[in-house]
Amino acid sequence: MTTLTAPSQTPKLSPKPSFLGDESQLLEVSMGPQHPSTHGVFRMDVALDGEHVVKLKPIFGYLHRNHEKIAENETYLGSMPYTDRLDYFCSITNNWAYALAVETLAGIVVPERAEYLRVITAELTRLQNHTCLIGFLLQDMGASGTPLMYAFREREKILDLFESLTGARMMCNYMRFGGCRVDLPAGWLEQAKAVVAAYPKFLDEFEALLSGSEIMMARTQGVGVMSAELAINAGITGPLLRASGVNYDLRKVDKYGIYDRFQFRIPLGDHGDVYDRYMIRVLEMRESIKILEQAMRDLPEGLIQDPKTKVRNFRPKPGEAYGRIESPKGELGFYLVSDGTPKPYRYRVRPPSLINLTVLEDMCLGRNIADVVIILGSVDIVMGEVDR
Amino acid sequence: MLRSYKLHWRKKMNLEPLRAELEEIIPGSVMEIITNPSPSAQHSLLINPEHGLAVATYLRDAPDLRFDYCSNVTGIDWPAPETPGKVGLKEMEEDIEQDGDEDDCAKAGYLEVVYHLYSMEKKHGPVILRMRTCDRGKRVHLPSFTPIWRSADFQEREIFDLFGVIFDGHPDLRRILMWDEFKDHPMRRDYVEPDDYEYEPTAHDEVLKKTMQHHSKHQ
Repeated sequence: MTTLTAPSQTPKLSPKPSFLGDESQLLEVSMGPQHPSTHGVFRMDVALDGEHVVKLKPIFGYLHRNHEKIAENETYLGSMPYTDRLDYFCSITNNWAYALAVETLAGIVVPERAEYLRVITAELTRLQNHTCLIGFLLQDMGASGTPLMYAFREREKILDLFESLTGARMMCNYMRFGGCRVDLPAGWLEQAKAVVAAYPKFLDEFEALLSGSEIMMARTQGVGVMSAELAINAGITGPLLRASGVNYDLRKVDKYGIYDRFQFRIPLGDHGDVYDRYMIRVLEMRESIKILEQAMRDLPEGLIQDPKTKVRNFRPKPGEAYGRIESPKGELGFYLVSDGTPKPYRYRVRPPSLINLTVLEDMCLGRNIADVVIILGSVDIVMGEVDR
Repeated sequence: MLRSYKLHWRKKMNLEPLRAELEEIIPGSVMEIITNPSPSAQHSLLINPEHGLAVATYLRDAPDLRFDYCSNVTGIDWPAPETPGKVGLKEMEEDIEQDGDEDDCAKAGYLEVVYHLYSMEKKHGPVILRMRTCDRGKRVHLPSFTPIWRSADFQEREIFDLFGVIFDGHPDLRRILMWDEFKDHPMRRDYVEPDDYEYEPTAHDEVLKKTMQHHSKHQ
């Protein structure tokens, strides 16, 4: 039996170096909400001593529409298309997280083929999200145009796949409770295999341009360092956490869906700086390609949704459930409380983008103002999810 | 076939030993185990807010528990159940008698805060903690867990903003999503949206006076 006298590992709550100079000499800059580097309507109140950041307060809510309240006045299925709008880059993983929460709440079984389809579409989503993120990160660094256009060229191929499968490029609305909405159209799998087979070549090209680039290294190495201890305590998840060297990926920890069937590894960073975050994403894409190859090889025939699953007038029994998945940005969770009616009593989104911003100030303190832009870019936020 | 939610059953922690352990170290800390009848079977511990910080510190630091990661923090509004239309005289007398009682939480409704804790070190969880306020009016104070887990920072601010729970000990308790001048708490069940939500008055009367204050006086 342990006692309260166990060694208390108190984390540094706010390791902020106090500013000793003349406060009136500080320059206060309001970055955003319309600044192109803030990835949407996000604002940072930055206090600068010369070129160095001494205070940074993130301010958000410009895109707030109370997603949770709207979902509480809607049926369970009715919120599914609206989850697309949370993180509009990765609508399919949003769908999956919500479907998983409802399936946990109601005990719904997912057929095998649907599980494979979920893995395939979710890993394609991860590929295009990470590709775009690197493009945006380079754009923030001033590499104007070329990397972003290369990234968007590849993303377009994946969006074409989504369009032919779900009818929409970005707002896919693909998952249903206990399965998926539509089965693969004829020829889709061959097309997807071709896209995935060509992807490593693109990644090699991308890396040849970027990974060894002297300017890239000078701008990113040692910038925005976050310690593993702080990352865990602040609830940072996703590539940002793994770049700090913490081995925590829900695909391995929870093994939700059928992720225990695939061989893949979790890349981890050493330094927790912006360069590591870039590198983690490149390596994660290579692992995603491995998962995709295995999933597309093993895809079984069968149903995509159990015909007995109740779709209309769906009323889960009273209770609650928290379902979470590893979305490209981190842990995306949905917490649902049911009171036995067709509408959820409480519907809560745990947005990874919002919580990953908790330590933005800690990462930026003491850095130049130009580094703030890169550090924010490496966090990977989407305001649709931050503000909800 | 049942894998997708059986997985959650396998991982769920048995709460009885944890409750006994907590009760031994911090007497009176756990009020009850809230059972979850749905297939998810994610049961939770109702914590006495007075011992909230001690429980949280213990769960984070005990070597065999190490809940170092507070994933999800959220609020739930439970307004008072609607009173039945016709109440007998005898029941009314009973009501009046009980009015003076301390334990009238069920009648006034309450706000509830839910914490989902996981361990990144031990890779287990979740343990779900709940705390309840005394009512939905003035006694809405709960201890903040931000000093223990920084991940609760923005999420507790959000609960303060949208539900109106006041977290004692939070370093920076401000509205986060709504604007600062906003008055009510929109996620409460009885929130009524104002009619003139987007109405901005044109410059006349008081508004005009305020506007003139900004103008030069030598016009």
